[in-house]
Amino acid sequence: METRHLTCIGCPMGCQLTVTLENGEVTDVTGNTCKRGDIYARKEVTNPTRIVTSSVRVKNGKIAMVSCKTREDIPKGMIFDVAKALENVCVDAPVAIGDVVLANVCGTGVDVIATKNVTAK
Amino acid sequence: MNYDLVIVGGGPAGLAAAVAAKDNGIDSILIIERDNELGGILNQCIHNGFGLHTFKEELTGPEYASRFIAQVEERKIEYKLNTMVMDISENKVVTAMNKTDGMFTVEAKAVILAMGCRERSRGALNIPGYRPAGIFSAGTAQRLVNIEGYMPGRRVVILGSGDIGLIMARRMTLEGAQVLAVAELMPYSGGLKRNIVQCLDDFNIPLYLSHTVIDIQGKERVEGITIAEVGPDRKPIPGTEIHYDCDTLLLSCGLLPENELSKTAGVDLSPITSGPIVNDSLETNIEGIFACGNVLHVHDLVDFVSQEATNAGKNAAKYIKEGKTVGAKEVKINAVDGVRYTVPCTIRPEEMDENVTVRFRVGQVFKNCTIATYFGDELINKRKKQVMAPGEMEQVVLLKSKLAEYPDLTDITIKIEEA
Repeated sequence: METRHLTCIGCPMGCQLTVTLENGEVTDVTGNTCKRGDIYARKEVTNPTRIVTSSVRVKNGKIAMVSCKTREDIPKGMIFDVAKALENVCVDAPVAIGDVVLANVCGTGVDVIATKNVTAK
Repeated sequence: MNYDLVIVGGGPAGLAAAVAAKDNGIDSILIIERDNELGGILNQCIHNGFGLHTFKEELTGPEYASRFIAQVEERKIEYKLNTMVMDISENKVVTAMNKTDGMFTVEAKAVILAMGCRERSRGALNIPGYRPAGIFSAGTAQRLVNIEGYMPGRRVVILGSGDIGLIMARRMTLEGAQVLAVAELMPYSGGLKRNIVQCLDDFNIPLYLSHTVIDIQGKERVEGITIAEVGPDRKPIPGTEIHYDCDTLLLSCGLLPENELSKTAGVDLSPITSGPIVNDSLETNIEGIFACGNVLHVHDLVDFVSQEATNAGKNAAKYIKEGKTVGAKEVKINAVDGVRYTVPCTIRPEEMDENVTVRFRVGQVFKNCTIATYFGDELINKRKKQVMAPGEMEQVVLLKSKLAEYPDLTDITIKIEEA
């Protein structure tokens, strides 16, 4: 049996959640005051994911950087790998919102896409 | 130059106000923006979480801005970039300047103030020590990293746990910096829970509540920071000092509405919000000058800025077309017992929209309390809240139909009560 402690992000209450796991399966969630806490806790201990946002260099753009994000959530454990993979990415202007900046980042099957329009100089 | 409506600021407030004014029949509109693009601070807020209320999806700042910029472009609303407004007169003559037009004036029938806010600076915080390089407001660091492509430093301490500071803790970490600690003067964080978890806990960055910076070392460049715990009087407690070797201090210690221009026009400001005092139409004491967004009061969600600005745009359009209603009765809204302020401050029962959203912040954390609304001494509405915190804006909606039942009403009171 394993217990994990989390802070719920559902609302400003910030309930302190205790999750009990048995062989990787959630058997109990306590400390939550609403259903959202239960859902959050189960997902967070079994399959935590995040959207990663960053910005990468633009060549010949009106501004130096274009902001970008993973189109969908990626596993939380891969945040640093994704950040690292974006470190030396450079795209050519013009860039439009939704353009793929880096395809299938770190083999996650998720593309990193531009979140800003950057016109050429 | 003459325009029906001049909007000062092309951020989320200015953009939404312009769209609403246009959609309400005003064709002669000019937005004046000092930066080189529209969108305001949203352009540097590259993280996601914007627009859940407005668009029912989670957008990044630049994406949220682009949707409103597109609406402005579609409507062919005029705007001037790289242009700084220098003065607004009581008669609504706006003096501005830029590199191509030089100094020029615009006569407007109505003006919407949408200048946003600025960060509290080191000078306003009274932190002792030398003044070396390496001390930035969190927002400045955000612009450097996200738009201009520079890293402000490698080893970072952050003072203040406002959302921008938390977001920058994560951003600097992902860009390879080491964020050593976040110190917060208050016993609670001013940031959203979600940001505490996803920007600090995810990266094992410690948050020290009731702590502040007591010394900055280094003469040319920051070399170290000392923080210490503070007592209930917010004074440092000897013996609790923690020292960090670092090259950078980021400050995320609150936002202040930027009302220098409002003052030139003679607009009355609230000592609590530092923003204009407005009525239900978001009009200031100067006829035809309206205010919305963070220049009015600092918001936590941009969605609410857009809503508020839409109202300001609509009301400015009405004023331009119909002029001011003379002698309209005004009811005062009192903010007491935990409610720090309200926006608007007054309401005109005969002139108001069918419903008016009154927004406010509480002065401390309240658990299991109610928001109570009184018309005179009579309790009209009670709404229970599990938790309220100064970092999250609250609201009460007033109905014109309800107010019509109280023709002799002179004041409304909003307060926090035990449940």
